[in-house]
Amino acid sequence: MMYEGPVQDLMDELGRLPGIGPKSAQRIAFHILSSESADIDRMIAALTRVKLEVKFCRICGNVSEQDECRICRDPRRDPSIICVVEEPKDVVAVERTREFRGRYHVLGGAISPIDGIGPDNLRIRELLTRLGDGVVMELILATDPNLEGEATATYLARLLRPMGLTVSRLASGLPVGGDLEYADEVTLGRALSGRRSVE
Amino acid sequence: MPLFRDDAVVLRVHKLGEADRIVTLLTRKHGRVRAVGKGVRRTTSRFGARLEPASHIDVQFLTRTSAAPGAAGKLDLVTQTESLDNLGARLSLDYGKWTAASAICEIAERLTAEEGEPALRLYLLVLGALRALDSGEHDVTLVLDAYLIRAAALEGWEPALDDCAKCAAPGPHTAFHIAAGGVVCGNCRPPGSARPAPETLLLMRALLRSDWPAADVSEAFHRREASGLISAHIQWHLERGLRALPMVERG
Repeated sequence: MMYEGPVQDLMDELGRLPGIGPKSAQRIAFHILSSESADIDRMIAALTRVKLEVKFCRICGNVSEQDECRICRDPRRDPSIICVVEEPKDVVAVERTREFRGRYHVLGGAISPIDGIGPDNLRIRELLTRLGDGVVMELILATDPNLEGEATATYLARLLRPMGLTVSRLASGLPVGGDLEYADEVTLGRALSGRRSVE
Repeated sequence: MPLFRDDAVVLRVHKLGEADRIVTLLTRKHGRVRAVGKGVRRTTSRFGARLEPASHIDVQFLTRTSAAPGAAGKLDLVTQTESLDNLGARLSLDYGKWTAASAICEIAERLTAEEGEPALRLYLLVLGALRALDSGEHDVTLVLDAYLIRAAALEGWEPALDDCAKCAAPGPHTAFHIAAGGVVCGNCRPPGSARPAPETLLLMRALLRSDWPAADVSEAFHRREASGLISAHIQWHLERGLRALPMVERG
């Protein structure tokens, strides 16, 4: 059954969002209908602001309100180390660890030939430009721990190795809280090859 | 039969929702199967790296095809997997091999239009090609081209390399025309036909017949020419371009 025009239009728009199916769209639409006008105005303002004010940092490609993001503007961050990630949300994930004090470079995805995404579709040229000034000494390849991320890291390592930089890849290993018997062979193999001595 | 088990090669994966994936597999007995891997993207997933592209696995599905056609949740569920060979993990460490493996998987998906339709010969061909890439015994380009020309032959699109593709006049012939289906004689030769070197046609024959000693000693120029003809041949029959093929690093 179709709803009256505006309700159906709202459900159609919500249904275009990732992970929102028809039932979820219907539930959210009716939640919005029953919400206070002030709450909806706030949401509209947030949506408008995010489209008008948020852009991509001209240096690292992270989301930012200014031309340069907060991390690239921060003089306390070590400019000699760059952590290369796939998406802006990965910057947040690494920042949550409070272990990394360098800067970032967001590629905008991973190389996926089967989806038609090659090196030219990512911000690899911008990364090479950043490395040209000689300030950066070390690169950490923090692409996703799946095979597309691995292939992207392999491609970057091959490209960057002749430049004389220290290039490292995030370690793979066993998740804390899991059972060893459920570990797959690739993860367990990498955990074994990357084992460390116990202090 | 709510549960079924099979050997499979993972062809491709798509993100689904928060942490799931839709996995497309080419199975030994059930052809191409698309299934949902629940929670695969979580670091604590019990599937781990087993549902990554080009992995060879033993997999168990929970079938949900009794749902109404088109209904949400119609895809099968992956319930258990065991690795048979971590081909994908090894191939991803060599960019050239990875791009070729991606092309192999993409073509296998395109050639299996119907889900659930058994495609044993294609399954064996895909597995053989991925293993050959991994072993590194032959040049990456040769392995890919051998796969492409044999996959075309499996589909009934084997290029004519001896007799004329139009009038069956005995060869050898020097002109090759994609739309005609292979080599063509002087009388049938359409305008715009390619004129590959005789060694290129010999290489294509060698790739089609698994004559690796002959293929391995071919020269780079003839390999490039054969690659161009084979790629054009299969894409013409598929009636659309392949995304991964232009990204393959050819030596």
